[in-house]
Amino acid sequence: MSTAILEARNVTKRFGGLTANEDVNLVLSGAAGQVVSVIGPNGAGKSTFFKMLSGFLRPSSGSVLLHGQDITGMPPHRIARLGLVRTFQETTIFPDLTAMEHVSLAHQLHREASDLDVVLGTSRARGDEKRLSASAADILELMELSSVADVAARHLPQGLLRLLGIAMGLATRPQVLLLGEPYAGLNPEETNRAVSITRKIAASGVSVLLVEHDMKAVMAISDRVHVLYFGKKIAEGTPEEIRNDPKVIEAYLGQEDEELGL
Amino acid sequence: MNTLMKRDLYVALAFLAALLVLPLFIGHSRYLLSVLMNCAGLSVVAFGVWLTFTIGRINICQAGFALIGGYTTAILLSRYGLSFWLALPLSAVVSAAIGALIGSFILKLRGIYFSMLTISLTEAIRLSFLNGGEFTQGSKGITGLPQPFAGDSPLPMYYLAVVLLALGLLVTWRVHYSRLGRIFRAMRLNEDLAESFGTNVWRYRVTAFAIACALGGVGGSYFAVFTQSVYPQSFTVEHSIYYMLFCFLGGLEFVSGAIVGAFALTILFELLSQFQQYQTLVYGVLMISVILLLPNGLMAVRSARIEGPSGRRTPSRPAPDSARAEATENPTTGSSS
Repeated sequence: MSTAILEARNVTKRFGGLTANEDVNLVLSGAAGQVVSVIGPNGAGKSTFFKMLSGFLRPSSGSVLLHGQDITGMPPHRIARLGLVRTFQETTIFPDLTAMEHVSLAHQLHREASDLDVVLGTSRARGDEKRLSASAADILELMELSSVADVAARHLPQGLLRLLGIAMGLATRPQVLLLGEPYAGLNPEETNRAVSITRKIAASGVSVLLVEHDMKAVMAISDRVHVLYFGKKIAEGTPEEIRNDPKVIEAYLGQEDEELGL
Repeated sequence: MNTLMKRDLYVALAFLAALLVLPLFIGHSRYLLSVLMNCAGLSVVAFGVWLTFTIGRINICQAGFALIGGYTTAILLSRYGLSFWLALPLSAVVSAAIGALIGSFILKLRGIYFSMLTISLTEAIRLSFLNGGEFTQGSKGITGLPQPFAGDSPLPMYYLAVVLLALGLLVTWRVHYSRLGRIFRAMRLNEDLAESFGTNVWRYRVTAFAIACALGGVGGSYFAVFTQSVYPQSFTVEHSIYYMLFCFLGGLEFVSGAIVGAFALTILFELLSQFQQYQTLVYGVLMISVILLLPNGLMAVRSARIEGPSGRRTPSRPAPDSARAEATENPTTGSSS
């Protein structure tokens, strides 16, 4: 019946007296490979919403469905296994490991060797290393990181680290990729590059859901935009519809016009 | 293989080589051999503590698991007449199983909370054996255990210690320098990130802890037959703290750090034995100065230079990370109290 890839139904999150999200609905339906954004002023509950989708927070009520399967309250590693992965802003985990090694490590879900194989260094473990390195190389190429594959993460600039974080998310081979503010703090040149790479990721068949402040980027890249305001969804539509929605304009009133991309 | 890993390997191999040939020179002295046997056995136990550090937990219950290993061996030997060669691996299994069971509950805690709980755990395990009635023979302990080797020469026992050290090293090395070790490190540095790419953090933590406890069990089993006895007093909180200090002194960046620390402190302790009641005082002062002056341990003494210009972004301390900073802070407060 439901063909939605990802669906949030009346998701609500309360922290004590504070309601961070109230009855938020979101449906990611139709073709794979679309880019959908969640926007909203600071404190609108975007991050909370993302954390609930990816299992890092449990909703107070409501449910999250992935391919029709209820994933509400599942731990993040199981949700990742089912095909929904979230990336983080702060990406480097090993300053001394190379970009390649990071992405290869993130292939955790696609290992064939058991932990014992790994410790014993069996042929299956070695086969894994070879196979996963090859897959990591493909991902680095998609992310335009091939030239820095063998550079230790501590030598990479912020913009590339951000891409590396997304590359690690892709290593799980997700169907839905949640990007948390992927363009924040990047210079315009880096943002353009990251936006074009996001398109490439979507074109490769991954549905991308992103939370973002950079309105220009959001309007340029999104197929659909959802707007959160004080924890509630106030609008949903194409970038064009959102731009002209009076409720959205009101929510953003007092903010720089430029921020809305008007 | 990078520079640091090479240094780790060279130091570890140097220790093994030295241990293999040393009996040629000091074989006549039972005392010197027994000091080395102590060092080797304690290194095996310390590997476990070291491994727990790699998942970002300060383990102060290793003496408890050594005690479990020691009692398992003693009971299997004295009560069931089992061979030591069966009792040794069984001791590792029993320690690992109990470790996994307890660990699956307590490993959620971190930092000082985990450490505090593990201190109490050492004491709880000691008390269980003390009050074990007939089965563990209370404070009398289990004595008169048969030795695994016939004859009067201490050399077979000595080489057993060396072999166990080599095995412990191999296990720790393979775990740390494989994909598994990287997952451990990922979990320590950023648990959420590790979980986001599909790591079952809980399972890996329990795995690491179980391996650590198994190493403690092997060490305990060895000491039980080495001293031919085991008492509730054989491994106490004090020992747990020493094992932790071995790792700090040797260095948490290097697998061989556990060996370096175990040998350095054990030999130092022997040298200080003539100071009698001042022994612990000297020991304590020394530990505080090491932690203040060498926060990354003996093995890292020249790291800053080796890292060279590549280390520019992380100036004075090589590869600092939150767990390590946190780890080096806690013992400072711990040993001064």
